[in-house]
Amino acid sequence: MRRRTPAWLRVVGYVFAVVFIIAGWWITAELLITFAHTNVLPTPLETFNVLFEYSSALVPYFWTSAYRVVVSLLIGTVLAVPVAHLCARSRTLDALFAPVLYLLYPIPKVVLLPILLVLLGLADAPKIVLISLTVFFQVLVAVRDAVKAVPESSVLAIRSLGGSRFDEYRHVVVPATMPAVFTSLRIGIGTAIAVLFIAEAMAGSTGLGYFIMQSWSMVNYPRMFAGIIAMALMGVALYAIFDVVERLLTRWR
Amino acid sequence: MEQRGAHISFSHVGLVYDDGAEDTEALHDLSFEAQPGEAIALIGPSGCGKSTTLHLTAGLLASTTGEVAVNGNRVGHPRQETAFIAQDLGLFPWKTVLQNAALGLVIRKVPKREAYDRAHAALDQVGLSGFDRSYPKELSGGMKQRLALARALAMDADLLLMDEPLSAVDALLRESLQDLLLDLWKDRGHTQMLVTHSIEEAVYLGRRILVFSERPATLVADVSNPQMGEDGWRDSAAFAAKCHEVRSALAQGGEGRAR
Repeated sequence: MRRRTPAWLRVVGYVFAVVFIIAGWWITAELLITFAHTNVLPTPLETFNVLFEYSSALVPYFWTSAYRVVVSLLIGTVLAVPVAHLCARSRTLDALFAPVLYLLYPIPKVVLLPILLVLLGLADAPKIVLISLTVFFQVLVAVRDAVKAVPESSVLAIRSLGGSRFDEYRHVVVPATMPAVFTSLRIGIGTAIAVLFIAEAMAGSTGLGYFIMQSWSMVNYPRMFAGIIAMALMGVALYAIFDVVERLLTRWR
Repeated sequence: MEQRGAHISFSHVGLVYDDGAEDTEALHDLSFEAQPGEAIALIGPSGCGKSTTLHLTAGLLASTTGEVAVNGNRVGHPRQETAFIAQDLGLFPWKTVLQNAALGLVIRKVPKREAYDRAHAALDQVGLSGFDRSYPKELSGGMKQRLALARALAMDADLLLMDEPLSAVDALLRESLQDLLLDLWKDRGHTQMLVTHSIEEAVYLGRRILVFSERPATLVADVSNPQMGEDGWRDSAAFAAKCHEVRSALAQGGEGRAR
């Protein structure tokens, strides 16, 4: 039996984390200024001002990037979950699919970007396809393993109650694998944003990735850093949202 | 909730598992009948096919030869009126106590309101009222057993099949749960079939005790136990004598050699 961490302790944890990160950041920035004589890493105070200064310029880039990540996460998951279930429940399909999966999973999907750019242009499509593809494989592997780990006795219990195949999914397989979906999504957010950055930095003139690289080429480090912070905040926000949804959907854990 | 129990008949039932490499014969030419409202205990050496017999009755398995029938109808798939409690109880950690208790009814497409009302009543009957919104992980071992029982009761079954449902609880709790099972059986009059490893449990809860041999299982003895259910039965000399009788039958069936 696992006890839940009390709410106040979680708040203290978050406050500590924020203080820890800001302190580390501040010290690093001051060290770079003192010993390397460079302001490539602005201090937290400067950044706060810069973020405020560039906030109106950042907003459209932020939403473009957020849109791409969220849509891709949804597409990747919605496609991966049914395929994962099919693979896990059918020996024939799994025998056919498993080798394909093992060969394709380790390939960093991001190397397909140039091909996607040629095929799909420079707008949203290649980015969404690329991130969806990355998320798809992560969710697929995690959920397939989770479905395989569903205890046979739970399925038997449903069958003994006169349940159909649909009932098995509704009452056992889907709820039992829900935690795996969320775990893979939370891990997926990090990868998705990394792939997004590369895709936006390489092609097109929209999104935070472009904003950051454009600032870099203009040697406007404060502006660049505002973009980096915005991207980090996007990751934190998505992570927090998934965390809350997961808690609501898997209260039994 | 007075109702008559189901009639069970096994006629020349054989079951061969196909394990891929080699076939395993689990049951060999097993025949017996259970009258409506009878309480039967199945006992025998480990892995002898007791659970298999229960699964066949529940319609979770199909026999290779012979016929299993409940109320005269061949069992091909799980019946609506059969409740089955597995060894691990088959509770779902992601469902609340009330949802777990109502699951059999929900699957049988009973309107939600009615399903929850009946589940409520069943939870009351087993002494679990007030835990509706808890999750199984918040219950003790004994409470989980009660919940599994409540799910079976809510379905208003005429046949209750139990596969060592009390094997994981301590001795005193086990006795109180046995009393609960006994009271419910007396009260409702359903047919009951209990698989157990415990001679005392078989004698306490079986009006008839079927003793199985080692695999492939055949019937070694069919011990009638008419005093079962009488007040003070557990502490009587007749109880001890009946336990001795069952123990001797088990020894004949091969468990004696194993020990």
